[in-house]
Amino acid sequence: MMSPAHDESVGGPAEDDNRPSFSALLEDDAADLYDNAPCGYLSTLLDGEIAKINATLLDWLGYAREDLVGRKRFTDLLTVGGRLYHETHFAPLLRMQGQAREIALELVAADGRRLPVLINSTVKTGADGAPLLIRSTVFDARQRRAYERELLRAREAAEQERARWQRLSETLQRTLLPPILPAVPGLEVAAHYHAASYEHIGGDFYDLFPLAGNRWAFFLGDVCGKGPEAAVVTSLTRYTLRAAAVYDPDPVAVLSNLNSVVLQQGHAADARYCTVVFGLLVPDGDGFTLTVASGGHPPALVARADGRVEMLNTPGGQLIGILPDATIAVASTRLAPGESVLLYTDGLTEARDFDGAQLGDEHLAQLAEGFVGRGAAEIVSSLATMLDGLGDRLTDDTALLALTVRAES
Amino acid sequence: MFAHGFGCDQNMWRLVTPAFAEDYRIVLFDYVGAGRSDLDAWRPERYATLGGYADDVLEICDELDLRDVVFVGHSVSAMIGVLAAAREPSRFAALAMVGPSPRYIDDDGYTGGFSAADIDELLDSLDSNYLGWSAAMAPAIMGNPDRPALGEELTNSFCRTDPAIARHFAHVTFTGDNRSDLAGVTVPTLIMQCREDLIAPLAVGEYVHRAIPGSEMVVLEATGHCPHLSAPEQTAKALRAFLETLPASRA
Repeated sequence: MMSPAHDESVGGPAEDDNRPSFSALLEDDAADLYDNAPCGYLSTLLDGEIAKINATLLDWLGYAREDLVGRKRFTDLLTVGGRLYHETHFAPLLRMQGQAREIALELVAADGRRLPVLINSTVKTGADGAPLLIRSTVFDARQRRAYERELLRAREAAEQERARWQRLSETLQRTLLPPILPAVPGLEVAAHYHAASYEHIGGDFYDLFPLAGNRWAFFLGDVCGKGPEAAVVTSLTRYTLRAAAVYDPDPVAVLSNLNSVVLQQGHAADARYCTVVFGLLVPDGDGFTLTVASGGHPPALVARADGRVEMLNTPGGQLIGILPDATIAVASTRLAPGESVLLYTDGLTEARDFDGAQLGDEHLAQLAEGFVGRGAAEIVSSLATMLDGLGDRLTDDTALLALTVRAES
Repeated sequence: MFAHGFGCDQNMWRLVTPAFAEDYRIVLFDYVGAGRSDLDAWRPERYATLGGYADDVLEICDELDLRDVVFVGHSVSAMIGVLAAAREPSRFAALAMVGPSPRYIDDDGYTGGFSAADIDELLDSLDSNYLGWSAAMAPAIMGNPDRPALGEELTNSFCRTDPAIARHFAHVTFTGDNRSDLAGVTVPTLIMQCREDLIAPLAVGEYVHRAIPGSEMVVLEATGHCPHLSAPEQTAKALRAFLETLPASRA
């Protein structure tokens, strides 16, 4: 509507002597205001029969008043898809809350043209509260709808891109982990990878594989950082470890060789390093001798048959890929039937519970007391359930690998 | 048990259920993805067919240990009831359908009332209301549990849904074909059909009536697809008359 002040032929804001012309302008007759308002007005009975419609809307639609009033229902003006939407959503909503706002529909004009509109409706009730009429205002939304379509298209494109990125990330992630763990005679084995997010490829990795002479090797580690750059180092690390173990399976030699390779690959501007634990299992009577070497990785946990939980400490082991002569710490133990070893990345110990407290090494050791007498699969699945339960509070990826010596051969 | 249709939630029944509250145990629910259900529980694979929604119904029956259930299903829920009753017939005493349609899209020798293009147009309508729907859903979508008041202030306090889920449900609802399931209905069945209903025309109601052996059909003098909102007394009366013909067991 025009602002009266702008209609003044002379002078600024309305003064006293301007009042007469002011009110003359405003003494619009209500019928004219209704009919020629800059929006459509429509009143229908509760069953949708059109009872009243203003000239603006008739003009937009190209209908004469007598074509519609008492002859058509509101839904007759909609596209078929719009009718479905109206009947299943708009109409019930209107009935229940007495009003509905900014509903996007397309009206079909007399010549078949489609007019995108936004509709607000209210139910007029009688003195007893019983609904009598539905009153609607109709706004021309052609430009807005065109803009929204562009927004929708852009959103769809963004979602597709995101889905592509997620597929790519997941595929790449899979290449960094063994698809399934091999069956190891005399051992129950289980692993779990918990991805905190598919936005970033994580840098955790593990593997388990046979060596000559009935020996088995495994490793688990964590590359600093996330994303494609970390994935490059993860990939390099995984394949280097497998090759190095064949070349010389001594755990210290394996990690020393890995350290040389990661150092060569890195450059000052983008130094990447990792923590890793590498283990060698050699059959030993009814159990296994386990030798682990660690480069800066959290200690493995051993659940003994008698109920004790030990940390397989490897003090002094240094990060892999920083120093030319990194100290590799080594520890050895025997695993008897029923005993388990658990390897994990710090995603597990740094996971926060509902109160925001970190799980921590000590709490993990307490938790591990429950592992005694249970097999690798059960241990891993109980931890995986706990991690899943943390939801968004788990911010880092977590890898778990557990091995249990089977009680009977 | 009262089951809502596509596009809304359990609030739709609020004008009808009081008529039965004294004599029956009333079970109301929102399907996963609708109303105030836990949207995290929604999985596209589970709800790729109406069978997934029928599982919702059976899980509720199981959880509440319901027997002799009179399943009152509006619109697509009528077919969900058919599927649920076929899977666990012992649970159900009767089916009452409001505006059922076993297939919305016309087929050779069958008039559902819509073409495939019409259904695409509906999906477009949903898309163009995306902004409206998402505004109503904002707190749920944005995962902003700290500000529940935000949700209360928004326009549509009923029939909330996540737009992507609504689109998926619409697709499953309006492109489905459950005609062959009707003959398998073994429990007493009532079809409540509005005189004029754009979504489920009279001829479709009659088709369902013919296809379900021994079913009863009542044509309500109401217009639209939601007689339980527009003519609740009539709807309740028809339902009660039907219930009185059943053996005396109530759920």
